[in-house]
Amino acid sequence: MNNSVRNTARLLAAGLRALLVLTLATGVIYPLVVTGIAQGLFSHQANGSEIKADGRVVGSSLIGQSYNLPLKKGQETPEPDLKWFQGRPQNGLGTNDVNTRYKLILSGATNRSGDNKELIDWVTAAKAAVVKDNSTAGYEVSPSDVPADAVTSSGSGLDPDISPQYAKIQIHRVAERNGLSADQVEKLVEDHTDGRTLGFIGEPRVNVLELNIALEELVARS
Amino acid sequence: MGPVLAGVLQLLALMAALALAYVPLGNHMAEVYSSDRHWRVEKWIYRGIGADPDTEMRWPAYLRGVLAFSVVGVLFLYLLQRLQGVLPGSLGFTSIDPDQAFNTAASFVTNTNWQSYYGEQAMGHVVQTAGLAVQNFVSAAVGIAVAVALVRGFARSRTGELGNFWSDMVRSVTRVLLPMSVVAAIVLVACGVVQNFSGIHEVGQFMGGDQQWNGGAVASQEAIKEIGTNGGGYFSANSAHPFENPTPFTNLFEIFLLLVIPFSLTRTFGLMVGSVKQGYAILAAMSTIWVGFVALMMWTEFAHHGPAFDIAGGAMEGKETRIGVGASSIFAVSTTLTSTGAVDSSHSSFTGLGGGIALLGMQLGEIAPGGTGSGLYGMLVMAVIAVFIAGLMVGRTPEYLGKKIGTREIKSAACYLLVTPALVLVLTAAAMALPTPAHSMTNSGAHGFSEILYAYSSAANNNGSAFAGLNADTQWFNTTLGLAMVLGRFLPMVFVLALAGSLAEQQPTPATAGTLRTEKPLFTGLLVGAILIITGLTYFPALALGPLAEGLAS
Repeated sequence: MNNSVRNTARLLAAGLRALLVLTLATGVIYPLVVTGIAQGLFSHQANGSEIKADGRVVGSSLIGQSYNLPLKKGQETPEPDLKWFQGRPQNGLGTNDVNTRYKLILSGATNRSGDNKELIDWVTAAKAAVVKDNSTAGYEVSPSDVPADAVTSSGSGLDPDISPQYAKIQIHRVAERNGLSADQVEKLVEDHTDGRTLGFIGEPRVNVLELNIALEELVARS
Repeated sequence: MGPVLAGVLQLLALMAALALAYVPLGNHMAEVYSSDRHWRVEKWIYRGIGADPDTEMRWPAYLRGVLAFSVVGVLFLYLLQRLQGVLPGSLGFTSIDPDQAFNTAASFVTNTNWQSYYGEQAMGHVVQTAGLAVQNFVSAAVGIAVAVALVRGFARSRTGELGNFWSDMVRSVTRVLLPMSVVAAIVLVACGVVQNFSGIHEVGQFMGGDQQWNGGAVASQEAIKEIGTNGGGYFSANSAHPFENPTPFTNLFEIFLLLVIPFSLTRTFGLMVGSVKQGYAILAAMSTIWVGFVALMMWTEFAHHGPAFDIAGGAMEGKETRIGVGASSIFAVSTTLTSTGAVDSSHSSFTGLGGGIALLGMQLGEIAPGGTGSGLYGMLVMAVIAVFIAGLMVGRTPEYLGKKIGTREIKSAACYLLVTPALVLVLTAAAMALPTPAHSMTNSGAHGFSEILYAYSSAANNNGSAFAGLNADTQWFNTTLGLAMVLGRFLPMVFVLALAGSLAEQQPTPATAGTLRTEKPLFTGLLVGAILIITGLTYFPALALGPLAEGLAS
């Protein structure tokens, strides 16, 4: 009995020493070495791919933002500022409830199934809103023009992109609200459309923040 | 080019990349576990441990090493989380509650990486890098070590000795996982994955005001998260988060990383048992299931049946624009057929049948190609069962790789096979029978049931992905899922090592005209059939209540 207790203790001690040695290698040295190389060679990417406009950091090209009007009195959800290109719905995002001294955004999806009542309502309402918001005097958006990404929330809630089709149906609205011609805005969208990597990896997309920065510059110039 | 064709081309590109890596990586790993030379740094590590890496272990000794190392791992990670509030470098995060700390410790030590916490608001730098990321390495290394021990059981005769656990585990880290992770992490950073220690900081926004970000050593963790088939995300959204998976290329690269070791280990196996063709037969069975599941998943996701998807015009709920439906389908199948559990899209928002495919992938036991190490040993146990079934058909004592599959061997294999279904079905039934667990569901009806079935399938099979609508941060779920992970990891390991021990003691049986040729396509077909039938019979009633009911209704 005594012997087996001693053997077990010896084995557990060996396990602990193994864990500590490997923690040093994989939990301290490895992340520090990778951080060193990353900061040395790719500091822009390693620090969050921040982008500037007018000398001010306005976010990351990788993280989607919302382009809303300030909340009015008595409003719970803000209205979109239709001057700017709009991103995807973000119904899955949360706010932190553990460390409330921060205002961290919690990434996430809605996790609603295809037959979920709430999701059906969200999608239906989003579709109606997209059709209404983007129809202008001379341009009618039909429900079948609205792509799926325009009415669904992404996996992270932070999707920085929209499909070229969603950008396309926003062109007339954006042009009208900014006093630009539809051709000018269409050109802008084309310049900011990324195709599939190597022609087949991923999906074509438009980065909304980069597009809106370019739009702001175009408005300032004209 | 349409999205369907692009999806198929991405699958083909992935297969080409895996094929290119197969021989060099498989050969390298065979060399790693056969060489009797130690690197200098490894000698220092063995001195630190106080273990002689050249002592051969029989199966009970090997198992004791696995268990001792893992017990210490759980305790250490538990304490680290419980003490987070007083540790430096914790970003001001508080200590984790006991039930959640137990769940997370069990989760990362068992290579499951189920997460009932939000990465952004729970874990600071110290717990992430020195706790969670370390277990990403060593839990994967333990899995490979056990697989190598089983392969030695087939390869060796009249000895019962299976190698040295410390040596196999340490070499997995120093010669396989660590070098691959360094390269992969740097590729990921170059593409936009963050890697810093800046903590929570404010960044300006286009419309004015600030947003708050959580920086961290993400790329270094992302690399081993995929390579070690762990899957625990730095952020709550996991690989859907643009800081973990910024581009279409990184998405494909991450799928490659999580598949490359499990597939290549079949080459290592073939080399170590002296016939690479035997490895090809296992590889063929894994590939058949994997490709078949991807095809099914793409079909159902592109068809997007379901009321909300019909209105939206596509199954884009929970999927990222840059990744799209096709690549999300490949990722979802690859992560659930391995023990990874990383997600680049919300599995809960897949179509009814799509969610069912992800569920079934885990319930197959994660063997196509499965987790690092655990996939190979799981598949070899299935091969033993398949050989046994074939033997019953012709009334002959079955053999596999020159070893007789007798009473002892088949008992170990059968026990292995029973552990996870028992855990999944009993615990799911208990959760459904009790009044409170159902309060955690986000969706109701068939999908609500699927959330719970998915959780226990994921935990007991050590996957870690979720139908994440389920609020799993309750005492019931933290405790029962934690137990499912521990029992679902270590009980099967006991039976695998017992099997390895009894195989290694045998004399080799020379092949005769009556021996089933296990390197031929006929055997691959038999193996795939046995896997699908056994799993199907086990889980069909439960699947019928959940994803099938949902999928057929829409």
